[in-house]
Amino acid sequence: MDNLQTQIKKPSRWLRLQYKKWFIIFKNGISEENPIIVSVLGICSALAVTNRVENAIVMGIGVIFVIMASSTLVSLLRNLIPSKVRMVAYMVIIAMFTIVVQLFLLAFLPLVAANLGAYTGLIITNCIVMGRAEAFAIKNPVRYTVIDGLANGLGYTLVLVAIAAVREPLAFGTFLGMPIPGFENWINWNVMALAPGGFFILTLLAWLMRSLTKKYEET
Amino acid sequence: MELIELFLASILSNNVALIFILGMCSLIAVSTSIKNSVNMGVAVMFVVTTTAMINWPIYELLKATGTEQLALLVFIIVIAAFVQFLEMFLAKYAPKVYDAFGIFLPLITVNCIVLAISLFFQQRDYNFIQTTVFAFGSSVGWALAIIMLAGVRQKMYRVSNIPRGLRGRAIAFLILGILALAFFGFSGIGRVTF
Repeated sequence: MDNLQTQIKKPSRWLRLQYKKWFIIFKNGISEENPIIVSVLGICSALAVTNRVENAIVMGIGVIFVIMASSTLVSLLRNLIPSKVRMVAYMVIIAMFTIVVQLFLLAFLPLVAANLGAYTGLIITNCIVMGRAEAFAIKNPVRYTVIDGLANGLGYTLVLVAIAAVREPLAFGTFLGMPIPGFENWINWNVMALAPGGFFILTLLAWLMRSLTKKYEET
Repeated sequence: MELIELFLASILSNNVALIFILGMCSLIAVSTSIKNSVNMGVAVMFVVTTTAMINWPIYELLKATGTEQLALLVFIIVIAAFVQFLEMFLAKYAPKVYDAFGIFLPLITVNCIVLAISLFFQQRDYNFIQTTVFAFGSSVGWALAIIMLAGVRQKMYRVSNIPRGLRGRAIAFLILGILALAFFGFSGIGRVTF
């Protein structure tokens, strides 16, 4: 009995953490409302750039930066933006940060920039960035917005890397550009490097995740 | 002849939806019924072709003044402004058309293909006529993809027993994957180097 009393008085540190607002936001972004698997947003870039792990990582970092920066700015300006022109305001803000990413890649990682092609520019129309600005940043203070942006960006990046980690070995027999032991005589499976491979792997991943989390979509 | 090749290539062998994987958000969201898909496809065709035609001279102007880095920003503002204008114009002067297409217009602003077509002609150095043909062909290809997907999905919900974990949007990816495989059969049409 005595033991029980102390347990009620002092919940464990982990339990307390689980009820902190920032932790809930973080968990939602990565797993509960994962932008790709659960909300099915930002699919275009998720499929187009995931034929190599390297591209997926660079794209993920770019998107994390754009989400965090633009959500923070939208959140700072949330009382100044009139609701009628908010869409255009988001677009200008997101476009600005996307140009920063694009020029940065051109200057420091020209090879990856060439691989990604037009898809870096298409971060602007990535529904996740716009969606976070509209659904979260416009209504919440800056400190939560930063966490939300980071969590959603990480959720997106994790799925991208997971897809790429399956596609690259199957398509080229390499991982991060390095040959994998045992895959020396691998014959390139071209379909995996192209669109259909992306679609199939994403389907399988979504099926797996939905079966594991027991969250189904009824139509 | 070259233009016909470009047109066919942009519809079939370089389909924006199935080969370049663009415009997926609205493709998945709208393709639940054929009727909506046709309306969305027509709206996309109109907006993509028109904005590409507007963006081409603007890009020339940017090149002349040496400010190409701003192309992305200018393109997206042009697209957003054009769609907003179109929505207001239709609401006022053609309410019947607005009822059919109105709800899709805000979706089109954030549809990647509109911006992607503008970025592609910039990368590939097309002239004005090539840009127009390419933009129209690409949007026809996108409309074709969404209508085919909607056709399969609509039938599928009626007759087949889909595994629980694949219901809803996940099955659409599988259908798209098979469609994309089928479109490899067209590769070779049009010797256009992309």
